[in-house]
Amino acid sequence: MIWNPNKECMSRDEMSALQGKRLHKIVEYVYHNVPFYRNKLQAMDLTPDDIRTIDDIVKLPFTTKKDLRDNYPFGLQAAPQSEIIRIHASSGTTGNPTIVGYTRKDIGVWSECMARSLTSFGVTRNDIFSVAYGYGLFTGGLGAHNGVEMVGASVVPASTGNTEKHAKLIRDLGITGIACTPSYALYLAETMEQIGITKDQIKLRVGAFGAEPWTEKMREEIEERLGLKGFNIYGLSEIMGPSVSYECHAQNGSHINEDHFYPEIINPVTLEPLPLGQAGELVFTTLTKEGMPVLRYRTRDLCSLIPGQCSCGRTSVRMSSITGRSDDMLIIRGINVFPSQVESVVLSMKEFAPRYLLVVDRVNNLDTLEVQVELRQEYFTATFDTPAAIDELKKRMADKLRSVLSISAKVSLKAPGAIERSQGKSVRVIDNRKLK
Amino acid sequence: MTINQLSIFLENRSGTLTKVLDILKEAGILIIASSIADTAQYGLLRIVCTEPQRAYQELERHGVAVALSDVFAIALDERPGQIAEVVRGLSEGNIGIVYMYSFFLHGKGLLIIRADKAEEAREVILRSSLRCISESELPDWGA
Repeated sequence: MIWNPNKECMSRDEMSALQGKRLHKIVEYVYHNVPFYRNKLQAMDLTPDDIRTIDDIVKLPFTTKKDLRDNYPFGLQAAPQSEIIRIHASSGTTGNPTIVGYTRKDIGVWSECMARSLTSFGVTRNDIFSVAYGYGLFTGGLGAHNGVEMVGASVVPASTGNTEKHAKLIRDLGITGIACTPSYALYLAETMEQIGITKDQIKLRVGAFGAEPWTEKMREEIEERLGLKGFNIYGLSEIMGPSVSYECHAQNGSHINEDHFYPEIINPVTLEPLPLGQAGELVFTTLTKEGMPVLRYRTRDLCSLIPGQCSCGRTSVRMSSITGRSDDMLIIRGINVFPSQVESVVLSMKEFAPRYLLVVDRVNNLDTLEVQVELRQEYFTATFDTPAAIDELKKRMADKLRSVLSISAKVSLKAPGAIERSQGKSVRVIDNRKLK
Repeated sequence: MTINQLSIFLENRSGTLTKVLDILKEAGILIIASSIADTAQYGLLRIVCTEPQRAYQELERHGVAVALSDVFAIALDERPGQIAEVVRGLSEGNIGIVYMYSFFLHGKGLLIIRADKAEEAREVILRSSLRCISESELPDWGA
């Protein structure tokens, strides 16, 4: 199902023309309203009149998370405060949080994008839909909430926490759809099993999962355990929130709402734009945002764009799943390590749950890497009732890690449930070196 | 001829053992014999108890990594040399002992053995002067 065929299935020529027109307008808008952008453009000897078509976008400067922090709290806001009707803030693990203000029109665009996403997943006004992203400063909860209301389904604002009560509501109200992080979906499945709610007692059929990277294996596990079909929804608060892109039933990438968010892929080192289809860092320009528009915002997410019309009928460009971040790279004993590499090893061994925690430390001036993994309860059988058998399993994982990472890692085996499930973004790395 | 033993994976963290024991206590399960194979990072707790199947279900329901293993439970009495007889028999039959533990009190005891060749071990024990107890007799050993 398609919410807005007029936009979602627009011809490519029409889309480019629309994007070019909107880009010119947004550049003109920030030039006159945000000193930060005006100074940058002037320093590059650019005026809004130099930006006429969408291809001119490459002339514009990039914006980074650091720019957003440096201009805390309202430095990049373009609309007057009286026009701002909502303010969100991203989690600030280092430095200032990122503050994003939305005008009434922004909230409308966001709800529209969210409605497109939910409709693509098959959600209709006949659904009872539970939003289990955190409600609050995080954009997930309220963002999804507005979209569900726009579609006309009955929204249940469950938020996170009190998972047992939520599980009972899913059963008792006959809730048919849910939006949450994929790791929370697994946590919910576990909770249901613990309190004796079985798959045939619930009516869940659609899941909108996002806010953290996940894998096909996780999708299979969630679908199997909750008996629903899971769809990816992507977004970030700096651009809007959830629904910057969304999957369709073809599930070959996520369709970008590119009439509002223009995507580019760049080489994160040289900052050169890459040809369509090549993997690199994802960059977004907001084409219609009033509250806090951003030009060429570097997301640090690594992926590629998928061109061509999709079998679902949409013409919008799709993005592949996120394969990593251009900034989560760890350097351990001089070797570059990506958590996604560890993840691939963890997921390849069925004896372990699809969760892990990397602990990096420095002992006697030597970096150490510990990979904590969790035994899967159902794979703990009589075969493993000796230390020799368990140590053999640990060694198999350590050997795989060494071959993938090129450095040795200590494998720590944890009991089922010992590694904390996140209710927001997953914490997968603890780097104790920074604290010293 | 074998009985079900609970094998439980425990992290070396304070409280993990208590959790398991409390679950068994709540379920009214009596522990007859136990041992822990300890390593630097984790322990493997082995328990012979009354109603092992129900104990297993209770632990599993609470998310504990637990397995049922087949072990021989050999009845011991006051005659010295019984454990030696079993071990010698297994050794002569070239059968490896994966682990064993025992208890002895007031003239009555149990020897728990897991052997690497269960079928051959069964033959050795059958030929010996000793006998294996069945699960239905377990409560008698806890009395």
